[in-house]
Amino acid sequence: MTTRWFGAAVQRTEDPRLLRGKGTYVDDIDLPEMLHAAVLRSPHARARVTAIDVEAARALAGVHLVLTAKDLGGVLEPSPLLVPHPALTQPRTQLPLALDEVRYVGEAVAFVVAESRYVAEDALDLIDVEYEPLPVVHSLEVASAEDAPLVHAEIEDNIAAHFVQTVGDPSAAFASASHVLHESFSVERGAAMPMECRGVLARWDAHEGMLSCWISTQGPIPIRNGLAAIFHLPEHKVRVTAPDVGGGFGTKIMMFYPEEILTPFAAIHLNRPVKWIEDRRENFISSNQERGQLHEVDYAFDDQGVLLAVKDIFLHDTGAYTPYGIIVPVITACSLPGPYRLKNYASEFTVLYTNKVPVSPYRGAGRPHAVFVMERIMDGIARELNLDRAEVRSRNFIQPDEFPWDVGLVYQDGGPTTYDSGSYQAGLDKLKAMLDYDHFPECQAEARTQGRYLGLGIGYYVEGTSIGPYEGANIRVESDGRIYAATGVTSQGQAHATTFAQIVADQLGVRPEDVLLTEGDSQAFNWGVGTFASRAATVAGSAMHLAAVKVREKAKKIASELFEASPDDIELADGKVFVKDAPHRALTLGQLAISANPLRYSYGENARKLMSMRLAGPRPGPALPAERGGPGLEATEFYSPPHGSFASGVHGAIIEVDPTTGMVSFLKYAAVHDCGKVINPMIVEGQVHGGVAQGIGGAFFERLVYNEEGQLINASFMDYLLPTAAEIPSITVDHVETPSPLSPLGMKGAGEAGVIPVPALFASAIDDALAPSGIRVREMPLHPCRLYELLKATQNAQI
Amino acid sequence: MQEQEENPPTFTEQSLIEVTVNGQHYERSIPVRLLLSDFIRHELHLTGTHVGCEHGVCGCCTILLNGEAVRSCLMLAVQADGMAITTIEGMAGTQSELHPIQQAFREKHGLQCGFCTPGIIMTVHAMLHENPDPTEEEIRHELSGNLCRCTGYQNIVEAVKLAAERLREPQMGVEQ
Repeated sequence: MTTRWFGAAVQRTEDPRLLRGKGTYVDDIDLPEMLHAAVLRSPHARARVTAIDVEAARALAGVHLVLTAKDLGGVLEPSPLLVPHPALTQPRTQLPLALDEVRYVGEAVAFVVAESRYVAEDALDLIDVEYEPLPVVHSLEVASAEDAPLVHAEIEDNIAAHFVQTVGDPSAAFASASHVLHESFSVERGAAMPMECRGVLARWDAHEGMLSCWISTQGPIPIRNGLAAIFHLPEHKVRVTAPDVGGGFGTKIMMFYPEEILTPFAAIHLNRPVKWIEDRRENFISSNQERGQLHEVDYAFDDQGVLLAVKDIFLHDTGAYTPYGIIVPVITACSLPGPYRLKNYASEFTVLYTNKVPVSPYRGAGRPHAVFVMERIMDGIARELNLDRAEVRSRNFIQPDEFPWDVGLVYQDGGPTTYDSGSYQAGLDKLKAMLDYDHFPECQAEARTQGRYLGLGIGYYVEGTSIGPYEGANIRVESDGRIYAATGVTSQGQAHATTFAQIVADQLGVRPEDVLLTEGDSQAFNWGVGTFASRAATVAGSAMHLAAVKVREKAKKIASELFEASPDDIELADGKVFVKDAPHRALTLGQLAISANPLRYSYGENARKLMSMRLAGPRPGPALPAERGGPGLEATEFYSPPHGSFASGVHGAIIEVDPTTGMVSFLKYAAVHDCGKVINPMIVEGQVHGGVAQGIGGAFFERLVYNEEGQLINASFMDYLLPTAAEIPSITVDHVETPSPLSPLGMKGAGEAGVIPVPALFASAIDDALAPSGIRVREMPLHPCRLYELLKATQNAQI
Repeated sequence: MQEQEENPPTFTEQSLIEVTVNGQHYERSIPVRLLLSDFIRHELHLTGTHVGCEHGVCGCCTILLNGEAVRSCLMLAVQADGMAITTIEGMAGTQSELHPIQQAFREKHGLQCGFCTPGIIMTVHAMLHENPDPTEEEIRHELSGNLCRCTGYQNIVEAVKLAAERLREPQMGVEQ
């Protein structure tokens, strides 16, 4: 059939509600009798906890509960290790409340529940904790030094994991190569900073034996399963809902943050609803962060600029714990080859504990680092051989006829790193046209005569997306003719209520606004994983498609029986099911839904109409024939991809650097994006815009600064600078659509992409702008002061 | 003094305030230390005003106070005594049509997660009242007090341009 809504820039069905201030984020829910919680957090990066006195806090009027680790009984268990890996030999996860040692500033030490948040915070001030400070590991350099203090006393050398992968024969390739270079690269920590901080509301219903939680999370169903286990409840007696979520960007795909256990624990204990809302300072010091890595890279290439081998040895900062296993560095290692034919690759990484906030994926999840390294390599080859940077990339691209391309590594999902499809040269050609690449050197030369320093940078990436294990969808047509769809993923702004509706509408012949989606509610759909890894549109979207196809087939079958026609002659359009070439022989979807449910008692307008039509009567045999697969116009389907797919893209920017201040401004920004088939280009472009802005923040403005005591010294929006409308340029976006052969509709995933190549292209553009100085950027982020320092330190500084 | 150290103040002092919010009059006895943002959200249950940082940087809590855009997290509710407040809920009111600014945000895809959106719309409302025909640079400057982590601002800027254009048409003037 021809699709109508798939691919169209349909306006979002979410918007009217959100625009009127009628969204429902966790803190918007106030329940009767509700109490409020606050968390006492460690002021030390590492200390022994020798005593906690909570008596004064307990005595404060309005305080209902004060919890320390010793009050938690059997709930005092380390959180589960989410993604075990054979190389992760020393995993450590966090307790809901620290018992005898704290390992980062912000670690939860006590939990207070009171009449109001104000009183709860008053009570925090009355808790007296005796700390015995211990030596602190505040950086990868300290963590890896000889005789370093130990973050976990029993873990030698602070090493959580060590992992080596080899593709081809790197040693032989290095030995015979005509050019070999060595460089060091570093990427410092940043943070997701969704505008809505985290939050948990829990209600215990003693009559029903039911625990209900509203959590600002990207994965409510795994949390439901975990809470059921922790509190010894049947899974169906725990309901976890992610209502409207004000941004996630990875930091909300986690279990468990301590408050996700402590809040329901308190609600059960007190038999009253309890709400905990994270404030921004807490978000800075207790929501997971990412990015810190140090890379030592050797690369070999021939006289033509063809990359022959890469050896990348890197250190990865996991913070005080490994809640998410070693997913991030594994993704870094697997993402490094990018769109290039890299046949000899030695990858080795060591994951080190530090006394800092734990690390789990943040939008990009290990990829911006990898792309930074590989694109620096491409620029390094160009510089060494005096070749054009785009030309070097072209000489190394995997060609369209070489797919599927096996990179030779095991990906984060345990499957092969096999690229399903891609059109890398086509993307670069588009970008060059958008930037007027061939004429830029003239503009640059012209500007330099005026004392202005313009630079052009490009960054190419391949992004593993759409990983399994699976997602599902339930689609049901109700008697009012509306279509109710449910799935286990969540939305934090990705507009699934619109895009999934587009997918379903195409199959059922309705408008997207007739499809009402419920997601992120464990009671609405029992199975699922969550929204992360640029996977929801592909994995849950494919399940939606499969379920919609099944409902469609069922509708055709039932209508064919009622109209005594062949199912092949039944069509669905405009909310009706009818016989081809005889449109008067038609039922609305609502009427068909009623007849799909052979009840003796039907009610309502649709039921009366259906009755009056006197269609084919009941057949002999059961009212609900087995082959119909149950009553109603309803179907549930699951989609499990064979392995992840691989989206790609290339971004480019023209910047201007002021060498006297180190300030950089963007004159032009262009992005070419290939996420396979596009469901809604407006939404994909919005994702790219937002990703780029986050990337620019991560490349230039945002850097979490920990001092030697492990204190995050810029833990506020006054000091940690998110880019504003005044700093982010207009972004031109174009698409290349290389369908994925893996999924039924050919999507690949778009959520993270925008952020990934930004550090790489930013470095490339700075090098280009300041080429006369001979500068070579090897670190990210690079704020103006640091760029100024680098410039001063560059020996050949002619500027 | 010593006694104070042992028994710190519990901040239980209450005060009576009168405010007009979205045209409706309210009289409430509230703790003196209650933030205006918390008063609006949890006393009046107008939860469209969001709180993103509690230190006056993100702009999610922006409201109109006597017509001017202010951050409701930086004020105590008692400081608003006698004043008129407009929140996002007052923009389109109960009308089925969205306010032209809201409509423009929808058409230009100027929101994703929607958390910063009410504050931005209030800022834009005040901006366009002050300057009905802003340049892109002026729009970006005026928006720089509101953080958005999803959109990259581009479509917000486009939405403001569209809203400004429509509001300049005489029949649609900015309602006050």
